Amino acid sequence: MSLTQAVFILLGGMAVLGALGMVTLRNLFHSALAMILALFSIAGIYVLLEAEFLAVVQVLVYVGAIAMLILFGIMLTRDIVGRASAVRNRQWPLALAVSAGLLAVLAVALVRAAWPLATYAPAQGGVADLGLALMGPYALPFEVASVLLLVAMVGALIIAREARE
Amino acid sequence: MIPLTWYLVLSAVLFCIGLYGVLARRNAIAILMGAELMLNSANINLAAFERYVAAGSVAGQVFVIFNIAVAAAEAAVGLALILAIYRSRDTVSVEEVDLLKG
Repeated sequence: MSLTQAVFILLGGMAVLGALGMVTLRNLFHSALAMILALFSIAGIYVLLEAEFLAVVQVLVYVGAIAMLILFGIMLTRDIVGRASAVRNRQWPLALAVSAGLLAVLAVALVRAAWPLATYAPAQGGVADLGLALMGPYALPFEVASVLLLVAMVGALIIAREARE
Repeated sequence: MIPLTWYLVLSAVLFCIGLYGVLARRNAIAILMGAELMLNSANINLAAFERYVAAGSVAGQVFVIFNIAVAAAEAAVGLALILAIYRSRDTVSVEEVDLLKG
């Protein structure tokens, strides 16, 4: 086994561990911290894929912004009286069966499929190519995404605003 | 060199864990976190396919960036909705939010 494969197994194991902690931990705050572990490991996976810009964006947007937003949400909605409520709902055995079944089907399909692999060429250009693509052929989707972010920001402000009497 | 299948299987495992979180958790914020994990696993797939199948193109990374932008918008609006529900119903458990249930 080469070094990169060992690193992949380490990062993938951390990601799966964090994801499992996220869905099983009782304390929602701990659950969010486990999610941050998984998101960080996924940033490492992007580095292994030689997508350095994605790794940076992953840390900035997911770990930096979305995880913080979720932690704020948890703290703003935490039950002060500490009502003990179950972590899982009544349909959790069914949910477990559906998830495990989907995983089994996906694993068999993914392992058996013959992917049309390209010749393994080292990535060229990297961030520069990405920037040119965003400003060239993908300029319209790029602008639409910025409008979407603006609309989402305004919408979130209006929805979460304290209703004035 | 890491085989493509490893990335795809890791992504499938993360997707299914996220799906379980969405289906089985009671807290609305935990459900939102599961959805974020599912989006992340899709992003791994896009980046891995770009690297191994469409080498030399940046389309996969561009897709991942748009996906992250949409996920950020989703998280912001989702948390705003949860806060609004918490204000009016005093709970974030999705089982107790049944205003539209007949």
